[in-house]
Amino acid sequence: MNLESLKSEIEANVPGCRLEIVSNPSLSGQHSLLLGPSRALEVALFLRDAEALRFDYCSNVTGIDWPAPTTKGKVKEMGEGFEDDAEEEEAQLTGHLEAVYHLYSMEKKHGPVILRMKTEDRVERVHLPSLTPVWRSADFQEREIFDLFGIVFDGHPDLRRILMWDEFEDHPMRRDYVEPDDYEYEPTAHDDVLRKTQQHHGGAA
Amino acid sequence: MTTLTASPFESQLLEVSMGPQHPSTHGVFRMDVALDGERVVKLKPIFGYLHRNHEKIAENETYLGSMPYTDRLDYFCSITNNWAYALAVETLAGIQVPERAEYLRVITGELTRLQNHACLVGFLMQDMGASGTPLMYAFREREKILDLFESLTGARMMCNYMRFGGCRVDLPAGWLDQAKQVVEAFPRFLDEYESLLAGNEILMARTQGVGVLSKELAINAGVTGPMLRASGVNYDLRKVDKYGIYDRFSFRVPLGDHGDVYDRYMVRLLEMRESVKILRQAMKDIPGGPIQDPKTKIRGFRPKTGEAYGRIEAPKGELGFYLISDGSPCPYRYRVRPPSLINLTILEDMCLGQNIADVVIILGSVDIVMGEVDR
Amino acid sequence: MDEALKTELAKQGIFTTTLQELYNWGRRSSLWPLNFGLACCAIEMIATTMARYDLARFGAEVFRPSPRQADLMIVAGTITKKMAPQVVRLYNQMPEPKYVISMGACAISGGPFKQGYNVLKGIDRYIPVDIYIPGCPPRPEALIDAFMALQKKIDAQQLTGDNRPRHLNAAEPSEFPVPHFGAHDLEPPQNPEVWHPPLVNISVSTADIDESGIA
Repeated sequence: MNLESLKSEIEANVPGCRLEIVSNPSLSGQHSLLLGPSRALEVALFLRDAEALRFDYCSNVTGIDWPAPTTKGKVKEMGEGFEDDAEEEEAQLTGHLEAVYHLYSMEKKHGPVILRMKTEDRVERVHLPSLTPVWRSADFQEREIFDLFGIVFDGHPDLRRILMWDEFEDHPMRRDYVEPDDYEYEPTAHDDVLRKTQQHHGGAA
Repeated sequence: MTTLTASPFESQLLEVSMGPQHPSTHGVFRMDVALDGERVVKLKPIFGYLHRNHEKIAENETYLGSMPYTDRLDYFCSITNNWAYALAVETLAGIQVPERAEYLRVITGELTRLQNHACLVGFLMQDMGASGTPLMYAFREREKILDLFESLTGARMMCNYMRFGGCRVDLPAGWLDQAKQVVEAFPRFLDEYESLLAGNEILMARTQGVGVLSKELAINAGVTGPMLRASGVNYDLRKVDKYGIYDRFSFRVPLGDHGDVYDRYMVRLLEMRESVKILRQAMKDIPGGPIQDPKTKIRGFRPKTGEAYGRIEAPKGELGFYLISDGSPCPYRYRVRPPSLINLTILEDMCLGQNIADVVIILGSVDIVMGEVDR
Repeated sequence: MDEALKTELAKQGIFTTTLQELYNWGRRSSLWPLNFGLACCAIEMIATTMARYDLARFGAEVFRPSPRQADLMIVAGTITKKMAPQVVRLYNQMPEPKYVISMGACAISGGPFKQGYNVLKGIDRYIPVDIYIPGCPPRPEALIDAFMALQKKIDAQQLTGDNRPRHLNAAEPSEFPVPHFGAHDLEPPQNPEVWHPPLVNISVSTADIDESGIA
C-alpha cells in the first residue's frame, strides 16, 4: 500500500486533518502516518468505511513514552513532528507520550497502515481522542495505555485501570518510574541490584 | 470497589464475583457478574492478577535475553511465542532464515498447535462436568508431544527454541522417526474425540446456540484465531501473510457457520486434522543444511534504529510483537499484542442473556491463558 | 518398641503402633490439595495429576475447589501484588492443620520476574511455607518428590512437647493479616513475624561492581 497515495486520499476526503509521513529507517519498511488529534476520529471512520480501503481490523494499540531529552544525549526519535507548529517544538523539550495504531483489512487482506498520535506533554496535556467507537478492539488496549502510561483517551466508554489495582497511583511503564524498594534479601546481587541492597542495609557491610 | 449495580432499581440483581480463584476460570481471571435469577445481565472481566511486567523487563534486557521470557507468555505454546518474537526481530533487522530452519519451525509450531487444541478440548469437557477423564486423554497426547520437545530442546514446556535467523539446535538422531510415529497415531485420537463430541446429546444441547458471535462484531472487536473463523471469517495469517514457508503446504482453513461454542470446538478439531496434514508434508520434504543464518550475530546483537511489527498465527490467534529499536542492545519499546486479551473484549456481549453455567463454557471456548492476557 | 519385634509380630498378623504414628499416617496419606494454580507451574501441577505422573496414588486424590475442604495449598506460579491479598485470605480460610508448598522459582522469591513493580518476591513474605520446590517450571517428578518430603515431615511431627505442630499449639497463630492495596505498593510490604530473611553479607568493594554495562 503506497503511503503517499493513501495520505492524499485521506486529505482529500477529511479536510482539515493534519497528516505527516514518518519514515522508518529500519529494514522493515513499515512507515507510519502521524495524525493530528483534532480530526483523528473522522480519519479513522474514513479508513474503516471507504470502499477501496476497508480497514476494519485494528490489530494493536501501543503506548510509548518519550521523556524529555537530557543533556547526556538526545533520545533517537521517530519523525520530526509538524514544522509549522510552535507547540511541537516545546514538546520536544518537555517530552511527550505517543499512541500507535496498527490497522489491517480483513476484507481486502491488505495492510498494515500504522497511525501515530502524540500528546503535547507528559504532565497535564495528555489527552487524545479515543478510537474505541470506531474499532472495538482498542477498548482494553487503550485502558491499558491509560493505566501504564497515563494517556487519557477522551470518548472512551469505560476508562479505568485494567492491570494494576484501582488505588494505584503511578504510571509504571513510564521511563522515570521508581519501583518500590523491596530489595532486603538478594543473595546473588550484582550491579544495580547490589547498589540498591546496600542502600537498604545502610551501606556496605 | 466498583459495583455493577449502582441504580436502586436494579437492587434485585445478584452480584457474583467469579474468581480469581475458581475451578473454571482457567487461571487467575475474575468476572463480576450481575444476575437476574440465572440469566446474566452484566459482566465485567477483571484481570491483572498475573501482570508480571514482561514489557518493562524487556526494556532492560537484550533482545536475546527476552527470548526465555516469551516462553512464559502463553505457557501452553512456548514455541509459537518464540517464533513470533524471532519473526518480529527478523523483520526489524532484515535477517534471512535458512530453509531447514523454516521447516523445523513449521514442524515444532504445528506440534505445538496440536497439543494446545487437544488440551483445550479436554478443558472444555472438564468445564461441562466430565470430571477429568477426557482431559486425561488429551494430556496423554500432550505428554507424547512434550517428550519430543524435551529430547529436542531440553525442556518440556519452556523450550526457548528459536533464535534470530533460525533455530537453536538441530534434530537429534531418530527424532524425525519418533515424531512421525506420534503424528501417525494422532488421527486415531482425533476420531475418538470426535465421536465423543459429535454424537453426544448433552454436549450438543449445551454448546449449540450458546455464546453466538456475529461476523461483524468479531471483526470490529479484533478477534482472531479459531474464534474468528468459527464466526465465518476466512482470515488465517498462514494464508494471508504467508510468513515462513507456509505457501508450500496445501491445507484448508475450516470455517464455522453459526459462531457458537459448538462451532469453535469443531473448528479446532478440524484445525488439528489440517495440522497433521501440514506435519506430514513438512516431515517428508525437510532438507538438510544449516539451521542458523551465519551472518547474524547472536550475542551483541544491535539492530538499526527503527521499528517493526511482526505477527504469526499462534494457536490462540494473532500473536504480534511491536519493537522499537534505538540502536542499543536493548529495545526501546517492546510490546506484545496478546490474542487472548483482545478476544476477551466481547466476552460480555457473548454472555448477555445466557445462564451463568453457560458463562463458564463460553469463557472456555474463548481459550484464554492468563500469562498472555496480563503479560 | 523394638523394630525387629514389631516386624515379627506383624508377620504373625499383630499390628502394633503408637497414637502418634497412626495420627500422622492418617494425615499424610490423605492430603487434599487446594485447586490453586496461578501461572505456568499450574500446568505442570495438572500434568502431575494426570495419568502419567499420577499424584492420586500418594493420597492427593481430589483437588478441592473450596479452601474450607483442603489441607494443602500448592502455590504454583508467580504471585503478583494484586493477587497477594487473595492468597493470604485463602490461606486464612483453610482449616488447621494446613501446609503450603511453594512451587517454582516465582513463588519462592519472585523468580525470573523479580525486577517487577507488580511481582511479590516470594509468598513466604506473608504466610509460612513448608516445602520449596525450585525449577522453572519444576518437573512433575520434582513435585512428587516435594510431596513425599512433606509426607516425611508430617510423619516426624510430635503430638506433645515443644516441637508440636502449629495446629496443636494454641499460642501459635493460624491466620495471618491480609495486606491491602496502597498507593504505590502493598501495605505492609511484608509480614515481619512470618518472614525472616537471612542477612546476607554483601561486603563487596565498589571497585568490583561492573559498570561497563552489557557487552
